[in-house]
Amino acid sequence: MSIRISQIDKTYGNKGHGRKDDGRTRALEPIDLDIQDGELIGLLGPSGSGKTTLLRIVAGLEQADGGSIHFGERDVTHVHVRDRRIGFVFQHYALFRHMNVFDNVAFGLTAMPRAQRPSSGEIRNRVMQLLEMVRLQDFAERFPAQLSGGQQQRVSLARALALKPDVLLLDEPFGALDAKVRQELRRWLRHLHEELHFTSLFVTHDQEEALELSDRVVVMSNGRVEQIATPDTLYRQPANRFVFEFLGDVNRLEGDIEEEVLTCGNARVAVPGVENGRQELLLRPHEIRLDEQPSPRAHLPVSVTAVVPVGAEVRIELEADWLGEPWLATISHADFERLAITRGKRLYAQPSRLHRFDTTRPQTLAPLSVS
Amino acid sequence: MIAQALTRRRERRVLPGFGLSLGISLTFVSLILLLPLTSLVGQLSQLSWSQYWFLITDPRLLASYTVTLLAAAVAALFNAVFGLLMAWVLVRYEFPGKRLVDALMDLPFALPTAVAGITLATLYSSNGWIGRLLEPLGISVSYTWIGIALAMAFTSIPFVVRTVQPVLEDLPAEVDEAAMTLGASDGLAFHRVILPYLWPALVTGTGLAFVRSLGEFGAVIFIAGGKPYETEITSLMIFVKLQEYDYAGASAVASIVLATSLLLLLAINLWQGRFIKRLHGGRG
Repeated sequence: MSIRISQIDKTYGNKGHGRKDDGRTRALEPIDLDIQDGELIGLLGPSGSGKTTLLRIVAGLEQADGGSIHFGERDVTHVHVRDRRIGFVFQHYALFRHMNVFDNVAFGLTAMPRAQRPSSGEIRNRVMQLLEMVRLQDFAERFPAQLSGGQQQRVSLARALALKPDVLLLDEPFGALDAKVRQELRRWLRHLHEELHFTSLFVTHDQEEALELSDRVVVMSNGRVEQIATPDTLYRQPANRFVFEFLGDVNRLEGDIEEEVLTCGNARVAVPGVENGRQELLLRPHEIRLDEQPSPRAHLPVSVTAVVPVGAEVRIELEADWLGEPWLATISHADFERLAITRGKRLYAQPSRLHRFDTTRPQTLAPLSVS
Repeated sequence: MIAQALTRRRERRVLPGFGLSLGISLTFVSLILLLPLTSLVGQLSQLSWSQYWFLITDPRLLASYTVTLLAAAVAALFNAVFGLLMAWVLVRYEFPGKRLVDALMDLPFALPTAVAGITLATLYSSNGWIGRLLEPLGISVSYTWIGIALAMAFTSIPFVVRTVQPVLEDLPAEVDEAAMTLGASDGLAFHRVILPYLWPALVTGTGLAFVRSLGEFGAVIFIAGGKPYETEITSLMIFVKLQEYDYAGASAVASIVLATSLLLLLAINLWQGRFIKRLHGGRG
């Protein structure tokens, strides 16, 4: 079932929502979003960006001030949450503690009006089938308090899927779990999605999670959509500086540009095609190469302050008096050994790419290849 | 061996002050609770079993048991419903004056019960503000069991409100939201999801209110009228016996009230323990 969100906006009028007490807080600017049937969409943003509000409005747990929501051809803008045919998974599971796992999953089925309710045999089959799907068939008689966090979240997913919802909504579904379980559940959710093809919208503040799971990611900040794109596009062609910074580590270089050369203290680097004036350039940690000699294009003397040789790459922290805050560089283990990097070693940084986000036209991005 | 056990226990305890605080607590419990009870038993020991039995099965006393139990039951049930409603309103909604209403909930505890009794008796007597309105309808409150139940309900309502309120505050809104996303109607969500959460607190609060009502004296005597066999409550019977210097008789009646209250409290505690065990996954 496709979802069409048009011009949804929301303003919190008074206190009681955990936000500012004075005046009104704009939680969502008018937002448009089209979700295809069977798509898995991630809503990504820092806390307070409005992503959870948007999800709750789609669910019907909160009312928008204006705009409309369609599930397929059905206008659900003013439909009560219980009639929207959604499944909702809460961050803290929200299981019914006084019911065992079976009764939790069966709740939606047993809550149906008597005329539509399946027979108890059918309910039993359906619940056991769902529990098998979430690999918890042996836990039907347990109470939620006897399960681990990951197991509880799987119960909550089975419960949400019991009514075969048109749309599955997940609010930071893995946020309360530890890293390993999170990774496992993420993979498992993706398989489940490939198998069942439900349309799904999930909220997360973890970029990795959003990029790994989603068909498309909606990046939000301050109640605005910053960019809607596939994970690949998002990472390679961020629409603006916020998206660029939110999706990974960023190093900053600020200086005065004169005749296509940026100078900052005793550091300078060639920036072809950039007009004169004060500029701020950004680069990712993997876009820095380290060398023992400066090159004609770049003279950026740095010293190594920390080395983390764990993982596929070596993470190196760099400092210099011309730098406001330290840089982070990731280099290959081969380079690391070749340069014999230790703490305190003096080296020269070679940027392979520099990004510039024009503040007057935030939509433009100018990657400067300098190599 | 004992020394070993003692040292081991001493090593394991991290919180300081166990000996001192427990000692003071036990002394206090003995002085305030156990000593008066002992004297009660002492008084009783002057009676033989047959005398005791004769005293506690006096027909006038039996009638007072019925009146007390029935009125307390009605008061407790009324409080269960009304107290739950009050707690619900105080926790779930925002409205001007909420703080004031919240504070008013404790008034029955703070107000001298005699003041409450006199006020209620005046209000509900046949020429009082409310009694005057009820009289044409054929309902008289003062000097009937309704009045007794009313006074009992008044003095014990905070028990229900104050036990249910914190549990309701702890109940995450997500839980009823979850029930709604699963298609449950408001009534069903309340009945199958919210009420089971509140059930232990509600039963405890109602039980406490009931026990409190059984022994209520000050608020009730003014409105009860004390007509033998009709509106005499058990605590009044104790008072009457005391005025007649019949200490043994008074103790006998008191022992009945005491035993009933203790048994009820014990039952509530045992039941609640079992229920809570289940919520915590059988780990106690």
